Amino acid sequence: MADQMQLYEVFVRSRRGLDHKHVGSLHADDSAQALEYARDVYTRRGEGVSIWVVASRDITASQESDCESFYDPLDDKPYRHAAMYELPEGVDSL
Amino acid sequence: MDKANVSETEERTFQARIDAEEKIEPKDWMPEKYRRNLIRQISQHAHSEVIGEQPEGNWITRAPSLERKAILMAKVQDEAGHGLYLYAAAETLGVTREELIDRLHTGASKYASIFNYPSLTWADIGAIGWLVDSAAIVNQVSLQNTSYGPYARAMVRICKEESFHQRQGYNIMMTLMKGAKLQREMAQDALDRWWWPSLMMFGPHDGESAHSAQSMKWKIKRRSNDDLRQQFVDQAVQQAEAIGLVVPDPDLKWNDARGHYDFGAIDWQEFERVISGNGPCNRQRLAHHKNAHDEGAWVREAMAAHEAKQRSKARDVA
Ligand SMILES: [Fe+2]
Ligand SMILES: [Fe+2]
Repeated sequence: MADQMQLYEVFVRSRRGLDHKHVGSLHADDSAQALEYARDVYTRRGEGVSIWVVASRDITASQESDCESFYDPLDDKPYRHAAMYELPEGVDSL
Repeated sequence: MDKANVSETEERTFQARIDAEEKIEPKDWMPEKYRRNLIRQISQHAHSEVIGEQPEGNWITRAPSLERKAILMAKVQDEAGHGLYLYAAAETLGVTREELIDRLHTGASKYASIFNYPSLTWADIGAIGWLVDSAAIVNQVSLQNTSYGPYARAMVRICKEESFHQRQGYNIMMTLMKGAKLQREMAQDALDRWWWPSLMMFGPHDGESAHSAQSMKWKIKRRSNDDLRQQFVDQAVQQAEAIGLVVPDPDLKWNDARGHYDFGAIDWQEFERVISGNGPCNRQRLAHHKNAHDEGAWVREAMAAHEAKQRSKARDVA
């Protein structure tokens, strides 16, 4: 097991000011190597100005099957959206 | 190159980036003063979101209907989230959450002075949502273009959530203004008390503002205090009139030449008094925050103990 490479997830910031976005994954022996591979694999055409690599096993993710308990109660809260509140005449924006 | 030269080159690269409207990101070199200035502003902003929950929270159990109660809870919950986004943005600058909270408690770090006024009636919840959130939005929209990446991105997220806040507040005012005489008077009274503190939210006049010039050069701030205040007044006056409210300012009048409303002088002595700790509720606000923080200590300790136990269990298995 020890000599098997690990899976890393790669995130690239395409431009200053933007969030890093997930672009894919790759195998590497350690994070420094993963960063170099990511540069070679995912940014050959100037796709980014900054790369993050994270070992896939360090990511905790929700499952789609959790959807109900995670998001369901939000559907009956229309009052969280501005569109629910009507404006009087004479007020065009708020 | 010696050390001074290195930092001079770095400083030039830094300013060139800012001049080119590029964002500064956490791992970039930045002048120490830029970092400190940002920590001050972002943490002040975070504290305001969190302390601002108190005057509104004061009415959750007394909201006039189940729907209004659910709406108010949803809004206050959003504000807690805004505080979190902002604390997290400040932490990217190398300061810890504990330090930030501690500075709030010692008074070293400020929060928006408007939250030191009491919410006396239900109409105050309308006035806060309408005026205070509107003022915050005017400011926050301009900060979506601030030069520090994590702060700008937090602002984008926050602005998306804000629009329902001002709408629900305005809706409370509108509903009261369609009601009985007592209700209309209650709405007017709330506007009378919250109007001037709302104008003060934008801070001192441009000439007097201590941090403004440097903040504008670094593009931490994008528009001047007076500029933002004027935009707020122009919007709010129209909104007040549309539902029959009277803005409590005898000097308020439309200026055709400027294309803006002229308005009366702000009482800066009151602003000074409140921001320096002597407003109606300053002590209460801080004491409440401190109490909640202290009373929550056992939860944080229990979570840390649980975490440690899980980790030692995992180690035993391995
Ligand atoms: Fe907020
Ligand atoms: Fe808000």
